[in-house]
Amino acid sequence: MPPTPASLAQSEQDRTVVLNMGPQHPSTHGVLRLVLEIDGETIVRLRPEIGYLHTGIEKTCEAKFYQQVVPLTDRIDYLCPLTNNLTYCLAVEKLLGLEIPPKAQWMRVLMNELTRINSHLVWLGTHAMDLGAMTVLLYCFREREDVLRLFEMVSGQRMMTSYFRIGGLALEPPLGFFEHVKKFADRFLGNVDEYEGLLTGNPIFLMRTKGVARLSAEDAIALGACGPTLRGSGVDIDLRRDAPYTGYENFKFKVPVQTEGDVFARYICRVQELRESIGIVQQALAGMPEGPVKADSPKVVLPDREKMKTQMEALIYHFKIITEGFTVPAGEVYQGVESPRGEMGYYVVSDGTAKPYRVHMRGPSYANLQTLAKMCEGVLIADVVAAVGSIDIVLGDIDR
Amino acid sequence: MPLAPPITDIELLKSHPALARLLDSIGTAVQNAKFDRDELTIWIDRSSIREACAILRDDADCPFNYLSDLTCVDWYPSEPRFEVVYHLLSITKKERVRLKARLDGSSPALESVTSVWPSANFYEREVFDLFGVRFTGHPNLKRVMMPDDWEGHPLRKDYPVEGYR
Repeated sequence: MPPTPASLAQSEQDRTVVLNMGPQHPSTHGVLRLVLEIDGETIVRLRPEIGYLHTGIEKTCEAKFYQQVVPLTDRIDYLCPLTNNLTYCLAVEKLLGLEIPPKAQWMRVLMNELTRINSHLVWLGTHAMDLGAMTVLLYCFREREDVLRLFEMVSGQRMMTSYFRIGGLALEPPLGFFEHVKKFADRFLGNVDEYEGLLTGNPIFLMRTKGVARLSAEDAIALGACGPTLRGSGVDIDLRRDAPYTGYENFKFKVPVQTEGDVFARYICRVQELRESIGIVQQALAGMPEGPVKADSPKVVLPDREKMKTQMEALIYHFKIITEGFTVPAGEVYQGVESPRGEMGYYVVSDGTAKPYRVHMRGPSYANLQTLAKMCEGVLIADVVAAVGSIDIVLGDIDR
Repeated sequence: MPLAPPITDIELLKSHPALARLLDSIGTAVQNAKFDRDELTIWIDRSSIREACAILRDDADCPFNYLSDLTCVDWYPSEPRFEVVYHLLSITKKERVRLKARLDGSSPALESVTSVWPSANFYEREVFDLFGVRFTGHPNLKRVMMPDDWEGHPLRKDYPVEGYR
């Protein structure tokens, strides 16, 4: 019999108590509600209740032109908007058979890794704060502010960037952008040492994380875990390396894998990913090719502002794309991308018109949330907070 | 880069491990196959979908042991109306395959794959909630996104984008 609210309350009523955690609990990182059945302080059963942030983005997508969906994708996983942009753009470009110029691809890799750093910094700060280490949050947000300033430089927005467009990028990166990224990348490794100095050897942090909320490799695969949650359980998979997209095959990086499967293993995976990401940023800066940032496909890609003022065709194409969109050949595509949280997948179905017939987002947080019940069997209530933090969920990504 | 035309001839696609395995074991249930944009789609008879998933998961050479995604597409008003879509990934071989099962619109129901992958639990609940497709054998088939007392299934094509209620 599955645990439903009624049966939870009735089963072994004299021994266990049903405790409601959330949806406004500070350590659930959003509006997640957990129904805990507890025996003393030990979790007997845990059941996540979601849907508080459901906005029907998938339905909205079906009523928009292909290019109008890009800003919606920002709002799904609001800690890594650029990864969402990228996944959607890659899926539609695959449907169109569009080739992206090298500079746009390298910029996508660069921005994507900065997004990963941004997302991991928020995770690290809040996770550490949940476990009582207040200082780390302030350190992390200091560096995150720098990343957000870089996003603002290229796109004019700190969080909802919409910087990737179907066919390339929205704009050329501004003058001096690469110098700013370089300055940030050069000192960031020192910052990671700082965070690690506060946490990795900290006995209180170790007691709260080592051996807590274990997940075996078999369970992780069966329950659909992905990203650092899966790699922390010893499964070696990273889509950037195993199914390269947008030019990741040109970059050298290691995929951190830990075998313990506890909160600490997932922590180590993510912190090492921070170091690997900054390595990819350095490589992208060193090898950034020259050239256009938009594909040569006037029916799909908006023309440059300058051309619109001097060329009639550019003005016509601009008018047509804005008013009636562009048609996409019928077909379907699933594009998986390694987001900071794991495999983010966009399944886009086209019926040959200018609006997507169906857009489905496979959210990594949705997949990872399912592992929580297994992880938390038999742990203490306080450790649930550590477990929730360690799977790094974003509720916007779960409820969509 | 012009798009290559899709390949729909099963004979030409037999080299793919997933299709070869399915044809060997439950060949009659394989309705159709398509290779388009580097992705293989196999249509399976709806009564054999759980069996097909179990066979692919336990394949010795190329185990599709990971359920990446499970969703549904509504082709209203044509029949069969619903297509339930399974995206499988082989973690060891890094191969992907897409399985599809067609369902009628009158009373769409399908066997649950939660016994093959426990991870299907949330995905099937989501499809049930938003499309109204029932999964037999699912341990807890309840609404997951919408409130429990919600009427209608929002992602169906006959459900309006705006102006409901």
